[in-house]
Amino acid sequence: MKPLWKEAGLTQKEYDLLLQHLGREPNPTETALYGVMWSEHCGYKNTRPLFKNFPTTGPRILQGPGENAGIVDIDDDQVITFKVESHNHPSAIAPFQGAATGVGGIIRDILAMGAKPIGVLNSLHFATPKGKGHTKWLISEVIRGIGDYGNCIGIPTIGGEVRFAETYRGNPLVNAMCVGLMNKSEIQTASAEGPGNSLMIVGNLTGRDGIGGASFASKELDETNQEDRGAVQVGDPFMEKLLIDACLEVFAKDFVVGVQDMGAAGIISSTSETASKAGNGVEIDVSLVPTREAGMSPAEIMISESQERMLLIVKQGREDEVNAIFHKWDLHAVVIGNVTNDGFLRVKEGDVTVAEIPAASLTDAPIICRVGKVPDYLSKTQSFDESSVSLPDDMNATLQKLVSSPNIASRRWVYRQYDHMVQTNTVVRPGGNTGVLRIKGTQKAVTFSTDANGRYCYLNPKEGSKIVIAEAARNHIASGALPIAVTDGLNFGNPEKPEIFYQLEQSILGISEACRVLDTPIISGNASLYNETPDQGAIYPTPVIGMAGLIKNVEHITTKPFKRAGDVVFQVGDFSNEIGASEYLEVIHGKISGDVPKIELALEKRTQDFVLNAIQKSIINSATDIGDGGLAIALTECLYETKFGASIEIPESSYRLDALLFGEAQSRFLLSVAPDNMKTFQSYAEQSNIPISKLGIVNSSGNLRVRYQGESVIEQDVTTLESMNEATFPEMMR
Amino acid sequence: MVAYFGINAMKFGVLNFPGSNCAEDCFHVLDKVVNQPTRYFWHQETNTTDLDAIVVPGGFSYGDYLRPGAIARFAPAMDALKEFVEKGKLVIGICNGFQILTEAGLLPGSLIKNKSVKFLCQDQTIRVENAKTPFTQKFHKHELLMTPIAHNEGNYYIDDEGLAELEAHHQIIFRYASQDGTVDDSTNPNGSVSNIAGICNKSFNVLGMMPHPERNAESLLGNAQGIKVFESMILSFTNSGN
Amino acid sequence: MIKASVTVMLKKAIFDPQGMAVKHGLDSIGFKNIDDVRVGRQIIIQIDSNDFGHAEEEVKEMCDKLLANPVVESWSHTLELMQ
Repeated sequence: MKPLWKEAGLTQKEYDLLLQHLGREPNPTETALYGVMWSEHCGYKNTRPLFKNFPTTGPRILQGPGENAGIVDIDDDQVITFKVESHNHPSAIAPFQGAATGVGGIIRDILAMGAKPIGVLNSLHFATPKGKGHTKWLISEVIRGIGDYGNCIGIPTIGGEVRFAETYRGNPLVNAMCVGLMNKSEIQTASAEGPGNSLMIVGNLTGRDGIGGASFASKELDETNQEDRGAVQVGDPFMEKLLIDACLEVFAKDFVVGVQDMGAAGIISSTSETASKAGNGVEIDVSLVPTREAGMSPAEIMISESQERMLLIVKQGREDEVNAIFHKWDLHAVVIGNVTNDGFLRVKEGDVTVAEIPAASLTDAPIICRVGKVPDYLSKTQSFDESSVSLPDDMNATLQKLVSSPNIASRRWVYRQYDHMVQTNTVVRPGGNTGVLRIKGTQKAVTFSTDANGRYCYLNPKEGSKIVIAEAARNHIASGALPIAVTDGLNFGNPEKPEIFYQLEQSILGISEACRVLDTPIISGNASLYNETPDQGAIYPTPVIGMAGLIKNVEHITTKPFKRAGDVVFQVGDFSNEIGASEYLEVIHGKISGDVPKIELALEKRTQDFVLNAIQKSIINSATDIGDGGLAIALTECLYETKFGASIEIPESSYRLDALLFGEAQSRFLLSVAPDNMKTFQSYAEQSNIPISKLGIVNSSGNLRVRYQGESVIEQDVTTLESMNEATFPEMMR
Repeated sequence: MVAYFGINAMKFGVLNFPGSNCAEDCFHVLDKVVNQPTRYFWHQETNTTDLDAIVVPGGFSYGDYLRPGAIARFAPAMDALKEFVEKGKLVIGICNGFQILTEAGLLPGSLIKNKSVKFLCQDQTIRVENAKTPFTQKFHKHELLMTPIAHNEGNYYIDDEGLAELEAHHQIIFRYASQDGTVDDSTNPNGSVSNIAGICNKSFNVLGMMPHPERNAESLLGNAQGIKVFESMILSFTNSGN
Repeated sequence: MIKASVTVMLKKAIFDPQGMAVKHGLDSIGFKNIDDVRVGRQIIIQIDSNDFGHAEEEVKEMCDKLLANPVVESWSHTLELMQ
């Protein structure tokens, strides 16, 4: 028979360490508690050494990683807090509940900071559906789950992405991000201060939901997991709405010294984390925890992942007042224990002590230092010869195919299922460069986005990851915002494999470097490893970047669509001859190969500063970055939802035509400028030493015309392109 | 004190049920955009004497569990609301508020699942069908507004007899339309009978509508056409000699 | 203890979009002989009583007042004794 500690997922080395911590053999309850707390999901044992590379400080950063979410100063004594989190494994098995509880969980992280949640975003990665099969069901259930939760709770889903690649067939990615707003004085911490203070549990009853969910999320998906369905939690958005309203009311009083949401590993995780942060101990009596099912063991109560629960550390003597507020919202706050000064996490069942563990040892999972190895595939993909790719005969047909390809097609079918307007702050809705929220009572707005590019990071983990950051920041710049901070969701395969560890390490190095240069510190994050299936192996390395930006004056909010006929269209940045790793290469030539486009971060930063300054000078009428599908796709996106056309002449060059049209050369923007402002814009570019090209004119023809070397290469009716762009999702999901 | 609109300001109550997630949005528009004295009217409350109008906001009262509006209608505030209506005072139900008012029998018909069986959030053109009500007098007949909708159960159902009665009494206030004003099946986002987006009771002091006028009451958010619904209410209050 | 099982359905005359969606779904996975599908909801209520007559009245009242919306829904029920 397997020893109990192995059942709990611990290694021999970890078990030996556990024995040192305890100075004795653990009992079965204690073994189970260590098992969940030292899982990758709770303990970050593979990733913690790498996180040291991240830049996490800056003049605006009030709280970096280590709390429920990071905090960024947005002036006027206001702060925002945000974080992204994965819910990949639960969503693979029960997509509706998995996605819904993923949203619910990240919202509670933000609430635990003391903030009012003002927006949610997501990053979803699937394989393209084939016929009526599993994938289509999965996609529609995930989207329904996200919508159902966010819509009911009244937090707008202001942005996100859906991306497709075959690698996610058996292991979809469902990452959710939440953003909160508060005054500086309202910040809460996850710390169990003050021995004698009470631990109160609020929200839902504790049941057997998600027992073992935390360790379950750190396992590879295989057939047997399909029977693990009991490990998936069920969400109750109505309960969460009440929790938010009640908690914010309680936080406004001076009753609470610490808050922690109950996510992975429920009570054990929240109590041990708050205790070890304060250097204190806690004593919990499981018989006081209101349960939904009879006969739950102490270990089950401690690790249950029942949703919509929060832990409050309440000043001694204030418990009744706290409960009175919850009662107003038809909720109960129940004392389950108290803070002690001996540093132990003590679990009792009535008078009987069932576990007694140094609290700090639970939250200090032993680090595993690994060594990476360059994956074999890279030598093959990096030596890909782009000149072996022949130019398409018909660029019109190529454009049409790209416009309707799953990664470029309109996501309207998705985001119309999400309430993206509730709270009446959404100035720029999903589909734009970023979601833009005004802040009532101020002139400010904040921008949020999620970005990932699995293919780029697969083909070049380090440079690809830099591009993801740069591209995210460009979206904010194009909205008129200064990018201010980042949260990262690291979705990777099994880090025990050296090739996967290499991807993880390189990706983190790339992210760190880009965030340093672009001045966007990392304030929070999440790692989801073991995203593998026996059939397909590991997913693409997929770091999901959640970014926030700040717009000081709503007058500077800028959007994608062209605004006026007669405006002059400019490209900021240079063309290149690159087609490697592009959407074009995959969609048109069926090749996932080559190297990612070159990115030079210093130039990227200068270019971004230039564009933002130009926007703030009020001389830019529309802006977007040039990304997936290159210039041609960026042009179409500026024409959708307008009645305009554009007449474009690509400057003479030695580059291949497909690279000019569809290549993804970095550090580029597509802007439109009123003729009166053209001179100002051009001389400003010259002063700033930023390359710009005048490409053409917005007109009212309703056609996109692109010429190169005196010949028409694209001539398309915008309405036709737009309806192709809109038709893909409804058809794919029918 | 804030300087309120006019001399005799109209006091609004925003009915707040657990789960009413648009209450704050309505409060903001009433308080900060049309500058009227406004307070929340808690679902356990029964005293409406200080109020001139009540907004039943959108959201998911009681999680929309069982049926949208089904549980909300038993709240103590709903009895007070019925008396308030009997006194001839103005009540507007938006989205979930509309669902609650039909469940409570203050408006005829019912709202069932969208024909697409999906939640639908988008800008939607609606056409003013009756501009002579306290809620629409600042519009003109057949004026078009681009007003957001966001609902799962916005598919208005009423039987033929009920529909004939609504028509006969001009109780249909808004219909879903195209941007050029056409009303037909292709401009119907959710399957509502006769493209109905909003109706009044026979006394025209209760309006229920699925679109959210509080979401297009400020131009920064797209357009400010929705504000006229609230301004109409204020105008009718002012005109009534208060 | 009596277990009441209440089924609430949209009235026959009313178009049931959920039923239509399920029918479409069944059709797409190969069930071609489906004539009609209607989706309702089932509510199981445990009543602390052994008096069927009383339970019957209570259930009727529950349905009329809360469980069904008479404008669009009809309901039916069964009662059984729980061991």
